[in-house]
Amino acid sequence: MITATKRIFRSGFIGFWRNAYVSLASIFVMTIALFVIGTTLFVDQLLTASLQNIQSRVDINVYFTTTAPVEQVLDLQTELERLPEVASVTYTSPEEALARYRERNRNEAAAIQALEELDENPLGASLAVRAVETAQYASVARFLDEQEQFASIISFVNFNDNREAIERLTNIINAVESATFLVMMILVVAAVLITFNTIRLAIYTTRDEIKVMRLVGAGNMYIRGPFMLQGVMYGLIAGLLALLILYPMAVWLGPKTDSFFEFDLHAYFVSDFLIVLSVIVGIGVVMGLLSSTLAVARYLRT
Amino acid sequence: MIYFDTVSKVYNDGRAPALLDVSFQVAPHEFVSIVGHSGAGKTTLLKMIIAEDRPTSGTVYFESLDVHSIPKVKLPHYRRKIGTVFQDFKLLSHLTAYENIAFAMEANGRSDAEIAENVPEALALVDLEDKAWNFPHELSGGEKQRVAIARAIVNQPDIVVADEPTGNLDPIATYEVVQILRKINDLGTTVIMTTHNKGVIDELGRRVITMDEGRLVRDDESGKYIL
Repeated sequence: MITATKRIFRSGFIGFWRNAYVSLASIFVMTIALFVIGTTLFVDQLLTASLQNIQSRVDINVYFTTTAPVEQVLDLQTELERLPEVASVTYTSPEEALARYRERNRNEAAAIQALEELDENPLGASLAVRAVETAQYASVARFLDEQEQFASIISFVNFNDNREAIERLTNIINAVESATFLVMMILVVAAVLITFNTIRLAIYTTRDEIKVMRLVGAGNMYIRGPFMLQGVMYGLIAGLLALLILYPMAVWLGPKTDSFFEFDLHAYFVSDFLIVLSVIVGIGVVMGLLSSTLAVARYLRT
Repeated sequence: MIYFDTVSKVYNDGRAPALLDVSFQVAPHEFVSIVGHSGAGKTTLLKMIIAEDRPTSGTVYFESLDVHSIPKVKLPHYRRKIGTVFQDFKLLSHLTAYENIAFAMEANGRSDAEIAENVPEALALVDLEDKAWNFPHELSGGEKQRVAIARAIVNQPDIVVADEPTGNLDPIATYEVVQILRKINDLGTTVIMTTHNKGVIDELGRRVITMDEGRLVRDDESGKYIL
């Protein structure tokens, strides 16, 4: 058993090395296929991150009058938090609002001066409401409209200002998500098919030799083993090569994606390197192993 | 040790039968030549012995074993008892002469020590020690066929089946290959060989079976090539 395994490994390596052109061609094609898969993985991450980003910026702000009692504001907060659509409600006190205003207008002497002129804080408290999904803001807004006991203390709700933008954004997000999913699936399926075909051709060139091995009395596993090992080697090497191409791309694109999508591709590549590595190399190894097993099976049947 | 009992092989494409009611037996240590025109059924006959093809009717026995009742998974095991030599050599192109011979032993599950001992012996028997590390494309036709014979005998099979072993060779290489086959036979291995070559038959002076259109038409103990 150990001897057989050792021999399968040795003949796998010998076959890989002595059919260098075939091995190179297979690795080259698989590298491209895995590069495509890696790119779709990046695009997917980029989209997911930027969608989350955009979604997290959408919220409903409820501004209260300066005279609104704190207890009532907190009551409304509790009511809102009870809604299943609501992900979070953040309370900002008038003092915090003032501090934030000062901070923001630090360099604008006129604004600070205007504030100094006033005896009391002109800013009221506010609640920032975040829904679980963008589509749910409408129902949150409707809920706020219906709260008559709070009508007197609410200065204004900014939802209607953003409504159109929020709805359009929701639609765009959904459309982009399904379109990219479709494109990715097509690319991945194409990559898998091309890999399978390349390995099939590589093994087709040795079909006569497989026949000879059988005539000499080699068992099926003994014939199949080296080919399976070669498939794994193709996938392993191609996966590492694909990562070698993807890394400089991530470094180059990192600052650009960071400023545009607020998602640093380079940082992602580094922080989630183990995941990227296992996905790319793993897919490569599985594709190589499956392709070669299926391709050899044809010649072992009769 | 080989026994054909009224074996016929008919293809479904309307051609004349490849074999028709062929019966004969081969005793241990015999050297049998099978002659006949192209398409007389010689190769089909050999394919029956190595279970590469099935008879339409009749039975082929190896010792007392019905060859075609062997389950597919046991076939490799059965084929290890038979050494095969082909007209087109059928060497593995990415392996050296030494490795080609060793492959047959490895597939057989022999130990590394046995391989290290028997492969050089087999190479010596076919007089190719100095070409052990050459690849098939670096060898002449005669040398390739000698490697193939070494591969066929290295597992000490009971029988060697050779299909037109000299078909692609020049007269000198033919002579060498026949001498090697004769030597193998003298060492105790049964040899069944098909050939077209009159000179080979006359020189051997052993048993000759003549085939014509799928039928066995002559079986001479010490035959000449008569067609």
